This record gives sequence, C-alpha cells and structure tokens, in this order.
Amino acid sequence: MKAVCWIAPNTVRVQQVPDPALLNPRDAIIRVTLTAICGSDLHLYDGYIPAMLPGDILGHEFVGEVVEVGREVNNLKIGDRVIVPFPISCGNCFFCRRDLWSLCDNSNPNAAMAEELWGYSPAGIYGYSQILGGYAGGQAEYVRVPFADAGPLKIPDGMSDEQVVLLTDVLPTGYQAAEFCDIRPGDSVAVWGCGPVGQAAIKSAALLGAERVIAIDRFEERLQMAREWSGAETLNYAEVDVIDALKELTGGRGPDACIDAAGMEAHDFGLEGVYDRAKQALCLETGRPHALRQAIIACRKGGVISVPGVYGSFIDKVPMGAAFNKGLTLRMGQTHVQRYLRPLLERIQRGEIDPSFIITHRMRLDDAPHGYEIFKHKQDECVKVVLRP
Amino acid sequence: MASIEVRTAVTINRSPHDVYSAWRALENIPRFMRHIESISQAGERRSHWVARGPAGLRLSWDAEIVADQEGELIAWRSLPGADVENHGLVRFKPAPGDRGTEVHALIRYRLPGGVLGQALGNVFNQGAGRLIQGDLRRFKQLMEAGEISTTEGQPSGRQREREHGR
Repeated sequence: MKAVCWIAPNTVRVQQVPDPALLNPRDAIIRVTLTAICGSDLHLYDGYIPAMLPGDILGHEFVGEVVEVGREVNNLKIGDRVIVPFPISCGNCFFCRRDLWSLCDNSNPNAAMAEELWGYSPAGIYGYSQILGGYAGGQAEYVRVPFADAGPLKIPDGMSDEQVVLLTDVLPTGYQAAEFCDIRPGDSVAVWGCGPVGQAAIKSAALLGAERVIAIDRFEERLQMAREWSGAETLNYAEVDVIDALKELTGGRGPDACIDAAGMEAHDFGLEGVYDRAKQALCLETGRPHALRQAIIACRKGGVISVPGVYGSFIDKVPMGAAFNKGLTLRMGQTHVQRYLRPLLERIQRGEIDPSFIITHRMRLDDAPHGYEIFKHKQDECVKVVLRP
Repeated sequence: MASIEVRTAVTINRSPHDVYSAWRALENIPRFMRHIESISQAGERRSHWVARGPAGLRLSWDAEIVADQEGELIAWRSLPGADVENHGLVRFKPAPGDRGTEVHALIRYRLPGGVLGQALGNVFNQGAGRLIQGDLRRFKQLMEAGEISTTEGQPSGRQREREHGR
C-alpha cells in the first residue's frame, strides 16, 4: 500500500510499504477513505518531537471502512464506515473508565520511554513518535486500529467523510479546550492561534455560551475565518500589543479564560522570540511558549488557562508568579476524543456546527509532501489539508 | 556472589482474586515475562522454569512455592542447582477507592560466579528493575485490556528498503 512516511525534518515521502495485518485479537484493519494533516503533525515535520524514526508512517486523523476484524471485535463488521479517535485506548483501565481516554494505561508499547521523560505514560497515538507507541499512522491506504471494539464510532448513513473527519481530533480538541474554560454568562474567552484547533475552540466557546470570543493570530485569512464562522472579534498580534488590546476590549478586567491553541512553536516578533528560537535551535529548550506566556499575563484574576496546543518537554520562562498570584487554573492535555465523539456527532447532525468549514485544501495522498509544505508555511491561505488515498 | 534485589509495584483494575489467580496459574507467566521461555508444572508447588539469558544462553531452575494465600500473596524460591538462584514474594492488596489491586513484587537474585555470572551481571546491572517493571506492565495489560499492546509486525517505510535489499 501507499503511506506517508516521515524521513527527516522537513521531508515526508509517499512510499510503498507492506499492508498492515491484525496483530492482536481486538484489532481491526481500516481502509482509509479520508485523512488529514494535523497542526501537531507539523511539530513532527519541523523536527521538534524527539524519537521519530525515518520510515515512520504519519497521521492520526482518519476515517474509513472496516475491512478486517480481530476475533474479539464484536461491534464492528466488514464494510462499516468508522471515525477513529486519535488516542489509542483500551476502554478498561482506571483512566478509560473515568473518561480520561488519552491517558490510557495500556496502549503504549513504549511506555518505558514515556516514563523516562514524563514520569508516567499517556495513551499511544497513531503516527506520533516512538515515545507515544511508534504506531503506524493513518495517512495511508490502510491502517491497523487497536482496541477497535472500544474507540471507533460508526458513521451514520448519509454523512460524508468531510463532515466527520475532524471528529477524530480537531473538533473534540477545540471543544475540550472550550469546556475546560467553564464558561459562564458574560465570559470573554481569548484564543491564541487560529489554526484548525483554534477555529474549533473559537466555535466551541461560542456554542458553550461565551459572551465574546477574541481570536488572536497574524494571518488575516485565519482571523477572517474566525469572524465569519464563529462571530469572533479578532486581534492581529503583528499589529497590536495583544495584552493592552485584550485589557481594553474587556473593560480592564482581562479575559475570563485564555486558550493556547498555538503550542510549542508559537511565533513572536520581539526579542523574547529570538531568545526562544536560539535556545530551541541549541536544544536547550524544546518549546517556544510565547502564546502561553501572553495568555498567563493577559488572563483575569481567578481565570482559566486552557492548553490544547501540544508541548513535548521543556519550556523556559513561564510566568509562574503571575499564574500563582492571580490564582489561575491551568488545564491541558491530549484530548479524550472518545468522550466527545457522540455528543459532537449529534451537534453536527442537528446542524449546530459543521466543522468542514475549516478544510481549505483537498488533495490526493500522493500530494502529501506538498500539503505539508503549504500548511507549514501557510501558503495559499492553507488552514487544513485533507488527503484522499 | 553478587546479589540483586528488585522491588516494584503496579495497580491493576481487577479484583485481588482475579489478579492472584492469573499469577498463580503459572502458564500465563511466559506471556508477560519476556525472558521466560517456558514453565512446566511438576506438582502442586513445584515447577521447572526455562529462561532466555544473554548471548543466546538458556538458563533453567526448579522453583518451589513456599507461601500461597489465596488473593493475598505468593512466595517462591529456586531449589538447589539453579543457574540463577532467586526467590521472591508477590503481594496482592486491594487498592483504595475501587482502584483494583496493588501488586507489590520483591525479587532477589544471586548471580553465579564465573563468565555466566559476569554476563548476567551486565544485563542485570543495566536494569533488572526495568525488566521486572516491563513484565508487570504487560501483566497489567493482559489483565485489563485482555492483550499486550504491540507494534511488532506493523508496516513502516523502513521495511521497503530492507525488502529491496534482499
């Protein structure tokens, strides 16, 4: 089959590789009908997530059709169309039972590596480095899905792949970030980063009743998307002082909640950005937490910092004093996609949200290298690339 | 003779009875202990163990269960003539608040002298603790998920190059 393989930083290649096979009784094999490039795939592409091996198959956002099931998979049959959540989760451990699916205890074959870095291991993730299991990803014609009886959700008849593919990650991730904000009447929510997850967080914050959502980015087309689709107010951080502007927009109080949807590769034009880039290049720091720093400073007292943006290991100069003295709550983590699948699918069916608005580019799997390149450089107003094998 | 002690613990989301029974039915052990090749029962309390050692070495010993309390603990020791003397104790305790069962393992090895002892010493010094932790992790996976997570045998872009090389 064909698959998108990580070769080296800034190089992915579509290669012929062997077809996947069932390896465990709870596995299924899915023929991928639509897959997407995630903003977090760019961290791999850029080389900021350690422990990628040349030849690793990428991709954790995919939907498809069941072509083979293991002997313990009784809920799916051949021909079913399914949405596959990006965290691989057993459904039985302490964490899965408490709806904390991305923290599954049993799905990372390389858990010892993760424990070395983080103390304990989260769930395995498709195509997301050896640390998170080294699983072959779904930017391929076929993919093996472990615990297929616990995670995947059948796609109701009449729904298109494009309507549901963002349920694998982007929409639940944005929604969880907004839910973390405990939005109450009158709340203002500021969102750093208007990529796909930012757009989903902005839309979700509006759906969850935020009085105002303020979207922050430097790309005009992304800010425009936030205005048009979610009724957000927008700030271009290349043009205004974000902290001053937020203070003024919120009557001097500061946003009630701040969402960092930029993560470890946030951009900044000032001196601070130069400092972080230099340290990151020298491997003294693995993230450039500019959005996070601003969010902590901008947030009102007693507010919430919600972090859907991915961080890998260390960041410097986090204003802990501000977070402490303002009594902030920090909430973060990979998304418990399985928790949100059904409710969000129902919202899509009821017409409350159509996440496919985020998709700007549709390509063949063969064009993945081009897709990564324009997504990375935000060329051609690219926000979200989907690939059809 | 060098002696090595490993202590580790894991919590498994099953009852102490289930966890104890799965451990006591020795035939499960080679599924989650990577270095154990086979165990054959030689009576109610006696068994014969064969392990894969470093550099293709095969190690074997007879073991005897010296304490056995249903749902609570199992203790064993190797019998004279073992390639690697060992004894151990595994205790099963209910974890608080419906969290299942805490499995506490304590294992002591006495390495033989000579070349074999040296080779084993190298392996053990590099992380007998990690070896046992890995075993317990796989035991937990088997008990909770019903299978051991793996990627062995999955495709990658590396295989293609190897296949072309053939």
